[in-house]
Amino acid sequence: MAALLVEFTDAAFSYGDGAVAVEADLRVAAGGFVGLVGPSGAGKTTLLRALLGQLHPFRGEVRVAGQVVNGRCPRRVGYVPQLETVDWHFPITVAECVLLGRVSESGLLPWPRKRDRADLMALLERLGIAALAGRHIRALSGGQQQRVFLARALIRRPDLLLLDEPTSGVDVRTRQEILGLLRELNDDGIGVVLTTHDLNSVAALLPELVCVNRRVIAQGPPAEVFTSDVLRATFGSEMVVFDHDGLLLTADAPAHGPAHPHHAHLHHGSAHPDDALAREAR
Amino acid sequence: MIHWLVEPWTYAFFRHGMIAATLAGALAGLIGIYVILRRMSYIGHGLSHAILGGAVVGYVTHYSFYVTGGIWGALSALLITGVSRTRKIGADAAIGIITTASYAVGIALISRGHHFTRNFEAAFFGNILGVTSTDVWVLVGVGAGAAVAIFFLYKQLLFVTFDPEVASSYGVRTGVVDVAFSLILAAAIIATMRILGVTLIAAAIVTPAVVARLTSDSFGRMLGLSVLIGALCGFGGMYVSYYGDIASGATITLFGAAVFAVVYVGGLIRARLRRTDLDDSDEPGKALVGFASRARTLQQVEVH
Repeated sequence: MAALLVEFTDAAFSYGDGAVAVEADLRVAAGGFVGLVGPSGAGKTTLLRALLGQLHPFRGEVRVAGQVVNGRCPRRVGYVPQLETVDWHFPITVAECVLLGRVSESGLLPWPRKRDRADLMALLERLGIAALAGRHIRALSGGQQQRVFLARALIRRPDLLLLDEPTSGVDVRTRQEILGLLRELNDDGIGVVLTTHDLNSVAALLPELVCVNRRVIAQGPPAEVFTSDVLRATFGSEMVVFDHDGLLLTADAPAHGPAHPHHAHLHHGSAHPDDALAREAR
Repeated sequence: MIHWLVEPWTYAFFRHGMIAATLAGALAGLIGIYVILRRMSYIGHGLSHAILGGAVVGYVTHYSFYVTGGIWGALSALLITGVSRTRKIGADAAIGIITTASYAVGIALISRGHHFTRNFEAAFFGNILGVTSTDVWVLVGVGAGAAVAIFFLYKQLLFVTFDPEVASSYGVRTGVVDVAFSLILAAAIIATMRILGVTLIAAAIVTPAVVARLTSDSFGRMLGLSVLIGALCGFGGMYVSYYGDIASGATITLFGAAVFAVVYVGGLIRARLRRTDLDDSDEPGKALVGFASRARTLQQVEVH
């Protein structure tokens, strides 16, 4: 069995109001590429915060690369926050922002070391934003902004990359770019755990999904996890799943009644509706 | 003109006052950047009022203003830092109670001893006549201490100011940084109080930083600019104070306001001219975006 990168062992979290925010018992293998999906308030971000050491379980434990997470973020973990939470008017350039990722290991002097600067430029080159190093973070496209915060996480040389809603609020092309980039990083051996509401993209591009709604509902490859039963238990509403030549697609079931194969249609002619809806019956 | 510039320097009080005002302006510019970006202008304003209580206690008990004001200011800063993390009652309300209560202690003591009311005019409004060599040395010491602390805490302060949650995750001890900055702020307020005055100190702290924000998108450049603008406001404000026979706190603040007005209007005109040039291009209006966004910083600043 591959070494474990992330372990939630019978862990339960609360925000101090007595109510359990989320319970989790799940494992991610080293080099895994996992999407946490679930409705708003399901506890996806809470699980990320636990991995960052911002939230302690009141029961059970959380480990990253075998080390118990105890109040401090493990050293080789990079985090990309939701872009909606960023103060885009803050006076900071791309280079200044990315170098913050080295804050705890770059010495006392306020300016970057030669090595930090070299790493910064190499990283920006790789992400295709080297020419933007002196620009303000607001003066970038959505995809470039996402790359800046990805660079800030990567400059820590992480074994595990955590991303909170990386595909939220971006257009289709940017979403594909971001997920493709994460795929490349994962191929290089970096474990990736991200949260998302974007079921179709993660079903197409991620090898493993975890459905969460205050507890882990299911974990596994999209083909195993995306069933009507699991999605109903996760999102609390009826959803249909299409299999379009091996590509899984989900959609809300019609609001006026339970999902029925005859209520759903594929408008692309390449797949027969009966084939497409075969998975929905699972 | 030369005579106009040189003549005040023949007086020792002006030399003291000028050095003190320039240092005070630079120090205010240095910490002002963090104050506006951390949205602490209300805390800075409150803290200056809170420290007045300590200053009056010092006068009553015959201890140095710097001793009682320093202790009072440090305690107020720690209390405010702690309370500002409270969610239940709202940080602004809690800070309001702490600072106004402390201010009220000072007012109560002043009202019981009318004979020293005049001495506190300097504390309220700033006065170059009250500046002694001790005041200048205190300013030099506090300024140097603040500069050294910010030099070594530069990256941590930047990270905590920009993104406190991620900074904490990346190993920055945000609580320590917050307390350190609050103590630096308290020390700076105490050191500059006799020059800038309690009532105007917040404006003197905020204005250079806001002007710097209007002119730069880089934090590092903005920090340097804010120090220079603060020093310029202190320097220019002192001349206005001398020739206009006006309290130095008011003239330094008004000088800063004038610099702000010039930079703000100049920026609008420049952006409009650039927009005119771009009207035929594919991106009309782009020129205004940068300035407008920088100007948006002003919406985050509460000047009291």
